[in-house]
Amino acid sequence: MRDYLFILLGTALVNNVVLVRFLGLCPFMGVSNKVDSAVGMGLATTFVLTLAVSICWLLERYVLIPLDIQFLRILAFILVIAALVQFTEMFVRKASPALYQVLGIYLPLITTNCAVFGMALLNIQQPHSLLESLLFGFGSALGFTLVLVLFAGLRERLALASVPETFVGAPIGFIAAGLLALAFMGFVGLPTR
Amino acid sequence: MIAAVVSLTLLGIALGWVLGLAARYLRVESNPLHEEIQQMLPGVNCGQCGYPGCNGAAEALADGKAAVTLCPPGGPTLVQALAAKLGVAADSAASNGPPLLAHVNEATCIGCAHCGKRCPTDAIIGAPKQIHGVIQDACIGCGLCVEVCPTECLQLRPIASTLKTWHWPKPALSFGV
Repeated sequence: MRDYLFILLGTALVNNVVLVRFLGLCPFMGVSNKVDSAVGMGLATTFVLTLAVSICWLLERYVLIPLDIQFLRILAFILVIAALVQFTEMFVRKASPALYQVLGIYLPLITTNCAVFGMALLNIQQPHSLLESLLFGFGSALGFTLVLVLFAGLRERLALASVPETFVGAPIGFIAAGLLALAFMGFVGLPTR
Repeated sequence: MIAAVVSLTLLGIALGWVLGLAARYLRVESNPLHEEIQQMLPGVNCGQCGYPGCNGAAEALADGKAAVTLCPPGGPTLVQALAAKLGVAADSAASNGPPLLAHVNEATCIGCAHCGKRCPTDAIIGAPKQIHGVIQDACIGCGLCVEVCPTECLQLRPIASTLKTWHWPKPALSFGV
């Protein structure tokens, strides 16, 4: 139980996928203009990331390793992730057309979100069980969503603040992202094992 | 080798099967008119109609919120096709005049290469600091290049009259306009 909690904490806060590992920066800057769309993007990515990491673990353990074809890992993982994203897109379109409109091009782009693929690769490098992989994916997705929503809140306030003219728009966003990353360095003190 | 081929093929088939099932059960009833109109539009997403791309324009057309003359690249043929599809009268006044194509005036072109980047159909050729030219067959007359040309050397000109484009002049009013 303790281990599971540590995996969740470690992936969500200490080794945060965006601010510490620097994966998935495209949606981090792209969909963080409004809190609503950030929450939607976070949920969609959570769904994809959790499932992708677990399915890729299953694929690695029960197909690639027994057949000794680990060299096909990247190809097989990308295939799984692309199919999952396609499925998510259909589901979101059916369940919430408004969210589908808001997310726009970023929804199919989850396929190329390196956070998903990166986490799937990092996961199989560690001696995780299936449940631990599930938690690993879910924890990193939680961290991604948390940072995305936090940053969207910051940017909503930044839009109203009086920023020096040089920094208006994206530059102040990058500075805020840097400060947020600095703040997350504080979690390094948490025990992860 | 065989294991790799077979396993990856099976994986692809399984995922395709799941997606096919999902497409059936999660299908969204969309306006069929929307998709048909989207097929008819040029699909270059130049944005001259004021909608975000041809998809948005097709949606507005299907909802009856936009005029059939909204698409300059489509030209008069598209207006007529859309009018027939939607059952509205084509407002011929809005799409009057012969189709216009971009033309580079070689005397004033400075080879800045701004126009080529804007062209949605890659109809403008020419390296930086070289005189540019327009491939007439690829140009759709959208006019985006005219906006960015710093020396106004790009102009929209009527298509030169050839055996293919010649047509009888329109009946003119004898007492002036």
